[in-house]
Amino acid sequence: MYQRGVAHYRDQGVVLRTYRLGEADRIVVFATRDHGKVRAVAKGVRRTRSRIGARLEPLSYVSLLLWKGRNLDTVTQVEVLDSFGPLREDLGKLSAASAIAEVADRIFQEGAVYTEMYVMLLRALSTLSTCDSPMVVPAFFLKALAADGVGLVMDVCAGCGSAPPLAAFDPAEGGALCRSCRRGAAISEEARGVMERIVSGGLAGVLAEKIPTGVVGEVRHLATEAMEHHLEARLRSIQLVEGA
Amino acid sequence: MAAYAEPVQQLIDEMSRLPGIGPKSAQRIAFHLLKVPREEALRLARAVNEAIERITMCRTCFNVSEGDVCVVCSDSGRDRTVVCVVEDPKDLVAIERTGEFRGTYHVLQGVISPIDGIGPDQVRARELLARLEPEGIAEVIVATNPNLEGEATAMYLARLLRPLGVVVTRIASGLPVGGDLEYADELTLGRALVGRRELSG
Ligand SMILES: [Zn+2]
Ligand SMILES: [Zn+2]
Repeated sequence: MYQRGVAHYRDQGVVLRTYRLGEADRIVVFATRDHGKVRAVAKGVRRTRSRIGARLEPLSYVSLLLWKGRNLDTVTQVEVLDSFGPLREDLGKLSAASAIAEVADRIFQEGAVYTEMYVMLLRALSTLSTCDSPMVVPAFFLKALAADGVGLVMDVCAGCGSAPPLAAFDPAEGGALCRSCRRGAAISEEARGVMERIVSGGLAGVLAEKIPTGVVGEVRHLATEAMEHHLEARLRSIQLVEGA
Repeated sequence: MAAYAEPVQQLIDEMSRLPGIGPKSAQRIAFHLLKVPREEALRLARAVNEAIERITMCRTCFNVSEGDVCVVCSDSGRDRTVVCVVEDPKDLVAIERTGEFRGTYHVLQGVISPIDGIGPDQVRARELLARLEPEGIAEVIVATNPNLEGEATAMYLARLLRPLGVVVTRIASGLPVGGDLEYADELTLGRALVGRRELSG
C-alpha cells in the first residue's frame, strides 16, 4: 500500500463537469493548476447528507485534497474559493460558462500542465460573472487558441503580410486574409478590428464597449469556427437564450 | 483467457449495460442468477418482461403508466390547477411519498444541460407548455434536482411560462445542493414543497 503522505496531493482547480457514478457517487472532472485535467471520484455526494456535494458543482473554483488511486483519484477534501454564483442565476451567463468549460475540457489533458490556459479559464469565468459583455466567450476562444500555440493573425494578412483592410478569415490559413489571398469566410473590417484588439491586449477595452449586434454575431461565429477547427470537433454547448 | 459459454457471456454483457453496474458486478450478478433456484431467476426474467410489456408512458404527464393515462392523471381527486415538474418518475414517487402534494405532475424525462448540448427540445418542455391552457394550470412547481442542471431547467421554465400568466415556483432550498431528490427524506422534501418560492427571471 501507499504511504499516506505520498498518496495524497493538493491542488486547486475548476470543476468542468460531473458524471453520476453508481448509487450515490460522482466522477468530477477538474481543470487544475498543477496537474492538468484530473478525473476523481467524489464519494456519496448525491446523498443529501453529504457536505461536499455542493462544493463540487460544475463551474466552482475549489481548493482540493486528492488521494492518488490506481485508476481514479478520490476527492478527500474540498474548499470553495469562488463559486461564481452569478453564473448559476442567469441562463445567458450559464450557457456562456458552459461553452468555456467545454473548451477547457477538450484542451486540458491528464498529466500535462496548462499554466496560461488555467489562468485564462479563471479570468474568463470571473469576468463572465461580473460583466455582461457578449464578447467574453469569443475572446476566451481567441485567447485560448493563442495559449494553445495556434494564435490567429488579425492585424495583417496571414498569407502575404499586407496591411488592412482585409477581406476574409480562414482559421486553416492562420487568420485574416487580404483580397488577393482570400479563402474561407468573408469578414467585415469592424469584426476584424475587434478580433485584432482581443488578440493584441485590448480585451478590456472591447469588454467595456457596446459592440453592434451584427459585429458581435460575426465575431462569435468566426471565433467558434476557429476553435472548432483547432479542436477538430463541433462544440456541443448550446445557448439557452437568444443573443447571450 | 478462457471464454464463458456464449449464453453466460451474453447475460454478463447485458448486465454490464445497466446503470451503475461495472463489468465485475455484472459478472457477480450473472453467476448469482445461475446459482439461485431456477424459479427465483425466472421470476426476475418475468418481472422484466411484464414491466416492458405492460408499462408505457402516460400521454399527458409522461410518467410511467399501465395504460394511456397514469394513476395520478386518472385520479379525479387531484387538483388540476397545480403541476409539479420532475426530472424522472423516481422523483415523482419521492414527492408522492411526502403526502404533501395533491396536484398533478409533468415528467421532463431529463434535464437541461448546456455543456452536454441538452437543451429544452431534448426534454419534454414543449409538452408542458401545451398542457397549460387546456388543463387550466395556474401554478407550476419546479422540483428538479438542486444542482446546476436542475437550476438551469428551473430558470428556463420560469422564462418560458411566466409570460403566459402562470405562477412558477421552485421547491425551497434546504435541500442540499448537489444531492439527488430521490435521496431526500420525506420530511425534508415535504418541507421543501410547502416552503416553495416564486421564481423570477
Ligand atoms: Zn494577402
Ligand atoms: Zn400522467
